Amino acid sequence: MRSHAPDRRSLLRQGLALAAMPWLPARAQSGRAGDAAPQARIVPRSGEALPLVGLGSWITFNVGNDAAARERCADVMQAFFAAGGRLVDSSPMYGSSQEVIGHGLRRSGALQRVFAADKVWVAPASRGPAQIEASRRLWGVPRFDLLQVHNLLAWREHLPALFEMKAAGGVRHVGITTSEGRRHGEFEQIMRSQPLDFVQLTYSLRDRRAEERLLPLARERGIAVIANRPFEQGDLLSALARHPLPPWAAELQCTSWAQLALKFVVSHPAVTCAIPATTRVDHVQENLAAARGPWPDAALRRRMVEHFDRL
Amino acid sequence: MTEWWTYRLGSFLMFSPRTYAGLVERYNAELWPLQPLLLVLCGLALARAWGARSESPGRWVWALLGAAWLWVGWAFHHQRFAAINWAAEYVAWACAVQGLALLWVGAVRGRLGFWGEVSAARSAGGLVVAFALFGQPLLGVALGRPWVQAESFGVMNDPTALATLGFLVLAQRPPWWLLPVPLLSCVLGGALASALHAPAAWLAPALAGAAVVCAGWRRRASPPLAGAGPA
Repeated sequence: MRSHAPDRRSLLRQGLALAAMPWLPARAQSGRAGDAAPQARIVPRSGEALPLVGLGSWITFNVGNDAAARERCADVMQAFFAAGGRLVDSSPMYGSSQEVIGHGLRRSGALQRVFAADKVWVAPASRGPAQIEASRRLWGVPRFDLLQVHNLLAWREHLPALFEMKAAGGVRHVGITTSEGRRHGEFEQIMRSQPLDFVQLTYSLRDRRAEERLLPLARERGIAVIANRPFEQGDLLSALARHPLPPWAAELQCTSWAQLALKFVVSHPAVTCAIPATTRVDHVQENLAAARGPWPDAALRRRMVEHFDRL
Repeated sequence: MTEWWTYRLGSFLMFSPRTYAGLVERYNAELWPLQPLLLVLCGLALARAWGARSESPGRWVWALLGAAWLWVGWAFHHQRFAAINWAAEYVAWACAVQGLALLWVGAVRGRLGFWGEVSAARSAGGLVVAFALFGQPLLGVALGRPWVQAESFGVMNDPTALATLGFLVLAQRPPWWLLPVPLLSCVLGGALASALHAPAAWLAPALAGAAVVCAGWRRRASPPLAGAGPA
């Protein structure tokens, strides 16, 4: 993991970059040169730069004791880090995913590089610390970069404990999650009342409900946003597969619907990072490629939506 | 929570069809050739239960079924399935309770005797057992599932639960409390199959429901076992 606080110079540089380009992504600090590095956005509360595309693990990394499948997941993680990725997201709800991620991190030698995002998902909340510690051991990281209350389960009890943990240096960022548009009203109230660093919600070319209130509120409150289900677990891409790519996709250097759909998500100014999940090395490389190249402006984003809605 | 209605069956599926198929395949390979051996034993049990023309406790039949439940709970749900589905731990406990109950009531106390004339309900019970033994694995293969992923009695959940329900229909006055776990087990199995987009996912739950109806019919129609109830 990276150092806790970015130095003043990098904060200033990032701040200037953001000021100059209010909603265009900054260049990722991936250690890779030139165009190979994915672009990044700044986490408002810590100033840390995160590459626009992360890696989810729901279903895809839950492979149990299948040794060959674990190695395939580790291959995906290795390709993800090699392409400049950082944020990996999981949850104790995801079966064996955390253990598989731990294996992938060790094999990739990426324990220092990963931005480790996990969740607490247990009630009563008094069992939260034990669950977090069990998760940390499975990942093999010294501490998590981000801990989120999964699907708002027992959030009234979990959040104060997580903020306390953050103050003590046990975690770097705190957040909450939801998916598929659930409980947006309550989610909004929590965003307004709690000093959250991150929120995680569903946002895709088809599911744009977060645009109404949550994404503008995140910008207003300086909360970083992780967009889950950018491909709606593959359903969106299956629906798009029978249609040809629009000619203007070339303007964005997109060669597939996956890249176009992902570019739509991460080009929203409030989105910090999208976390598509995959079991394939070529897909993870394709996803990271969507975090590079030209970006759609507001007019082109509208055109993307109009085109999609007509399909 | 008010958002429960927004969930689909697939929302609860936390692993891919490929992962589940691989798990069943490896499990089958590790146990081979236990599957045909259990098939023969259960076939003999069916012959014993169906052919009983005088009252017989059929203790070894219930011992076989009880052991099958304990094995499925331990070896499949706890040791393997729980690695990709945390809810399997709870199912493993339910399997253990059902297995111990069958062992106690049927094998130790001998209170689940087989006896009776040929009737529609008994015939249905026999057919359910036969389907669990032969129909379910063959149907899966006929619908495109490889042999190595076949679900068989004593190894996997659904055929074991269906066979148990069939035997309970064949038994005289089966206690009602032996029915819910196999029935729910088949319903959960059907839900899983449906979420995995397996064909004919509804068949096992439907047969389980029919078996429970037949068992209820048998309970009402059968006289109490000799020695049962208060003196």
